Amino acid sequence: MNTIKQIWDWLEHRLELRDSLWPVMRHPVPAALAKPVGWWYVFGSMTLTFLMLQIVTGICLAMVYQPTAEDAYASLEYLNYEAPFGWLMRAIHYWSATGMVVMLFVHMSQVFLMGAFKYPRELTWLVGVGLLAMTLGLAFTGQVLRYDGDSYWGVSVAVAAAGRVPWLGPSIVHFILGGEYIGSETLSRFFTLHVFILPGLLFSLLAVHLYLVVKRGISEPPTPGEPVDKATYHEQYEQLLEKGIPFFPHALYRDGVACAMAVLIVVGLAVVFGPKGPGEIPDPTLIHAEPRPDWYFLPIFALAALSPPSMETFLMLGLPVIGLGALLAVPFVAGTGERSARRRPVAVLTVLVSFVTLMILGWYGATSPWSPDMQAWSDAPVPENIVQKLTPLELQGAIVFQNKCCRNCHALEGSGGHRGPDLTDVGSRMNPDAMVRQVVQGGGNMPAYAQQMNSAEVEALVSFLVKLRPEGMPPAAVPSAPAETLAAVKATP
Amino acid sequence: MTHSTSNSNPPDEERRGLLKWSAILLGSLATAAAGIPIVGFLLGPLRKRDDQWTTAGKVEDFPVGQTRLVDLQNPLHGLGDGDAGKIAIYVRRADEATFQIFAVNCTHLGCPVNWLADAGLFMCPCHGGVFYEDGSHASGPPPRGLYQYEHRLEKGDLLVKLGHLPTLQQPG
Repeated sequence: MNTIKQIWDWLEHRLELRDSLWPVMRHPVPAALAKPVGWWYVFGSMTLTFLMLQIVTGICLAMVYQPTAEDAYASLEYLNYEAPFGWLMRAIHYWSATGMVVMLFVHMSQVFLMGAFKYPRELTWLVGVGLLAMTLGLAFTGQVLRYDGDSYWGVSVAVAAAGRVPWLGPSIVHFILGGEYIGSETLSRFFTLHVFILPGLLFSLLAVHLYLVVKRGISEPPTPGEPVDKATYHEQYEQLLEKGIPFFPHALYRDGVACAMAVLIVVGLAVVFGPKGPGEIPDPTLIHAEPRPDWYFLPIFALAALSPPSMETFLMLGLPVIGLGALLAVPFVAGTGERSARRRPVAVLTVLVSFVTLMILGWYGATSPWSPDMQAWSDAPVPENIVQKLTPLELQGAIVFQNKCCRNCHALEGSGGHRGPDLTDVGSRMNPDAMVRQVVQGGGNMPAYAQQMNSAEVEALVSFLVKLRPEGMPPAAVPSAPAETLAAVKATP
Repeated sequence: MTHSTSNSNPPDEERRGLLKWSAILLGSLATAAAGIPIVGFLLGPLRKRDDQWTTAGKVEDFPVGQTRLVDLQNPLHGLGDGDAGKIAIYVRRADEATFQIFAVNCTHLGCPVNWLADAGLFMCPCHGGVFYEDGSHASGPPPRGLYQYEHRLEKGDLLVKLGHLPTLQQPG
């Protein structure tokens, strides 16, 4: 025991932690944090815990991972199946990344709703926005390092979007790819970004963030009717701290419990669900890939599909910049005044609308109803109960319907693509003339099939489609196409 | 220790001035010596490499009226590329002497388009872009028809000029 004390004293004599670190650990925080409201203050620590977990598992993975286009896939397989606990390291790295992004958004929302970004903590918020950007950068580059079909085509999509930047597009594409095409140089660049550059920038920002958290003090829980006033805030906060409690151990225990729970949940998810991928081999000649981004980027994926063509480039390239700009503007727009969410309806509404929008877009991204179901024409047969009541001509039409891949975009009884309308009851809403016109000329989002079908095929197809209607319902007599289109068609002889 | 005050002697001041300027000058030189190669290296990929001609196959391998997916080695491929050094193209032989060579990358956001021969359409699995067999835009979000590569027929071979990943401002 005496030896330990001697060593400690020897170290302390040189490090002088009692003068430097100890006061930081013991710095006073508002007494209210010892109450249940203190649980609102654990989200930042949870995010930080996930970052630590990312660093440790990331270092483990980097010892085995081969950042070359030739070997990366094999090294992922090796991690999954051969390296002891390799699968678990990959799984924890994936689930902890998910946890980090989730907790980062929860932490930001809490800080925003409790007005903790207001005077004098504006800079802490600004640095936090930088941390968000770095984290999303790490999420994207990490997804690329899981070098499979999704990763390969994900880079292709990112580059296609970047290539739309006016003037500089081609140069940006070259710079991202490290050459003319997605190859080994590309993967090395993403590896460097993910392992050196982005973590380096993130740590620098994190150091400033934590320094500011200690220096500016943890914000007191807001009280409605007590707005932040630059003239009086410092004095009030100092008074509050006089009755404060030390950060260590009081506040830190709560953090400890939350962080331990966070780690347990992530490791639990990792054990149960395992690592993500790698999926298909990243081979540009395997063109039947149906790339989807990781969940973080599903809203952007959806936006690319849903935005009108005229605004598409602006939304893809401009919206992320505007989003970050808006976050950076927050403390300058609302740097003082009420902190309590009860007195800030616009703030509450902003958070709600943002989350609902992101979730709807994310849901659309995950289900992607705009994508054709590429295998439906051969994998999803015409339902038996429909086939049973068809005449030979109509049966022929059903074959045309399948072979011409109509099914890739049109579902029958729910199965098939959802890009176009479900055609289970089309016979009751569109008359034969309108059907012929739609098939031959296309329209809306449908290609024209005039070159792809002869008149016999069109006739068979339409006779099949007319039959698609509920039992006992007569075929549609009136076309459902818009009136002006009809008028235009009639006017042209 | 005397600091630079008005009564410090001139040689001292001169020496300090010399040191100061040496530090600034040598510092700049050192920064440039290490920095210029580093920046040059980082900007290296901006140097463009031209596409190269490569053989896509014998002319008679492509039946008239059909479109085929052809897997090739990317002529620009390099060390460590593995499968990424490959490239796929669609070769359409419209008639005896007319060929069209399409990139597989959708003109919307670069996903691989699939050729559905019976339907006579190219469909993209990402955002639902559709193209006709001649590569022209049929429906969906793509802003233009499929990218086409330059090609020529030589001694019974079909030669195609390719290499780079086609994007809107740098088509085939």
